[in-house]
Amino acid sequence: MTNRKSWVYLNDRLARYLFISSAILVSLIILCIIWFVGMQGLSTFKEASILEFFTSSKWSPDNGKFGALTFIAGSIGTTIIAILLGGPLGLAGAVFLAEIAPPWVRSIMRPATDLFAGIPSVVYGYVGITVIVSFTGKITDSPTGYGMLAAGIVLAIMILPTVISLSEDALRSLPRTYKEASLALGATRWQTIRRVLVPAASPGILTAIILAMARAIGETMAVQMVIGNSPRFPDSLGSPTSTLTSNIVMEMGNTPFGSTWNNALFMMAFILLIIALIMIILVRTASRKGAAR
Amino acid sequence: MKAHQSDRLASALLWVGASAIVMLLVAFLVLILGRGLPHLTVEFFNGPDGVRGQLFNSFYILFLSLVFSLPVGLGAGIYMAEYAPKNKLTDLIRLSTESLASVPSIVFGLFGMILFVNMLGLGFTILGGAATLALLNLPILVRVTEESLLAVPRSYREASLALGATMWQTLRKVILPTALPGLITGITLVAGRALGETAILIFTAGMNVSRIPFDVNPLAAGETLAVHLFAVKSNPLPGTNADQIADGTAALLIIMVIVFNICLTIPSRWLQHRHQGKNKA
Repeated sequence: MTNRKSWVYLNDRLARYLFISSAILVSLIILCIIWFVGMQGLSTFKEASILEFFTSSKWSPDNGKFGALTFIAGSIGTTIIAILLGGPLGLAGAVFLAEIAPPWVRSIMRPATDLFAGIPSVVYGYVGITVIVSFTGKITDSPTGYGMLAAGIVLAIMILPTVISLSEDALRSLPRTYKEASLALGATRWQTIRRVLVPAASPGILTAIILAMARAIGETMAVQMVIGNSPRFPDSLGSPTSTLTSNIVMEMGNTPFGSTWNNALFMMAFILLIIALIMIILVRTASRKGAAR
Repeated sequence: MKAHQSDRLASALLWVGASAIVMLLVAFLVLILGRGLPHLTVEFFNGPDGVRGQLFNSFYILFLSLVFSLPVGLGAGIYMAEYAPKNKLTDLIRLSTESLASVPSIVFGLFGMILFVNMLGLGFTILGGAATLALLNLPILVRVTEESLLAVPRSYREASLALGATMWQTLRKVILPTALPGLITGITLVAGRALGETAILIFTAGMNVSRIPFDVNPLAAGETLAVHLFAVKSNPLPGTNADQIADGTAALLIIMVIVFNICLTIPSRWLQHRHQGKNKA
């Protein structure tokens, strides 16, 4: 009896240690990623200058020119286009789902947005190549249509599910009394949405937008397939250019591991990692502010 | 009444926006399936350029990545939901899980490349790809596990503990069975995402496929369907029917996504139903 009892307690203790160690393992992984990618990336600056990397757009590694400004500008540009196009549409979808949609419409639209989230990014890229570039070619008067606008449109569609589901959650988590008080004062539904509900849910909506930006700037395959992949500074919406992610994919295979060129590509990945971590801190602050109110 | 007019107008615009979103999805599906379905023949799978190997690799890598990530992800999620005290360490673990969830997949890919391809000297392998893919799964698994365990009513735990069960017995016999529908939904979600992942696998599992059908050697290079679509679309080999292969592959991927989405809802509903039925009886 005592023997069996101690066995039970031993099991209990063992399980507990297993759970703690898996939690700690998960935390160690992010540190390892920062360390490995960071060390590999920062060793670029043994041979190239930091100032040149961030301020010059001359990218010709064969001649020792490591200016990554083109890629940084390309990444930021496509992300901004994606947010400008996808943000308002997604927010409209979220308001519609939370406040207006009759239950049967909701039961169609919710799974539809989930399906959007499940489509692999290469398939978005495939649709981009087959349909969207010919459309952007027409509006921007460029022969191919590859470029920032095409990438921005593809990304705008890709971030829709993130914006919709997180903003809708934020709107739904508001106390019912807000809405009832506003309607009782004689406000219309639209006035209630615009003046009460959306401002009250703004920390959550901000979180949705930030996470959507994080997804857009780190997106690789879909962007690589429609951006055109030329190391040219993005001076117009319809000319081929590159982003941080697309350039890593293009050049990683052709450069020997450990060379300065290769390290520079790891440095670009490190920039993406740092941006992602900054976004997470922003999200935490936004949600803490929301909780404090 | 100006306010009422703008109310009407806004409602109309929101309806238009929402229908635009749904129409966009319908257009996607019609376009992809319309172009691809005619190519999904036996030849497409078994022919000289067939994707049989890629299809197998997709599921093989998915399976291995779940084998790697499920124990750790579930364990960490259980810890966060059931054991974690409110202290600095717990905060740190939560922060790092959230950060891990925000890491772009290409960064995982490069990390896996440093670790498996270069430091361990394996080259491009199914094993390295699956292990790196497991890192992508981990944070989602932790969150899903934590959420579904927290949804189990407190009284279940208290009743079990009051009967003298240890925490482990309570978990195994009470909490985990009750949380099972949520866990299954979460795992399906993770699997669906992993199945379409590309950026990680290009740098870790490579873009070659074994010539042996259904090769289970984990140290072989393993191109998956999603990687294949990228490869044939971005640099098509001259002389092959690359466009048809791309169309067919895209359609196949979409069909897999739809099947996963259906799986996402059915088993959890069925389990919930059964569970509630049992409680009533």
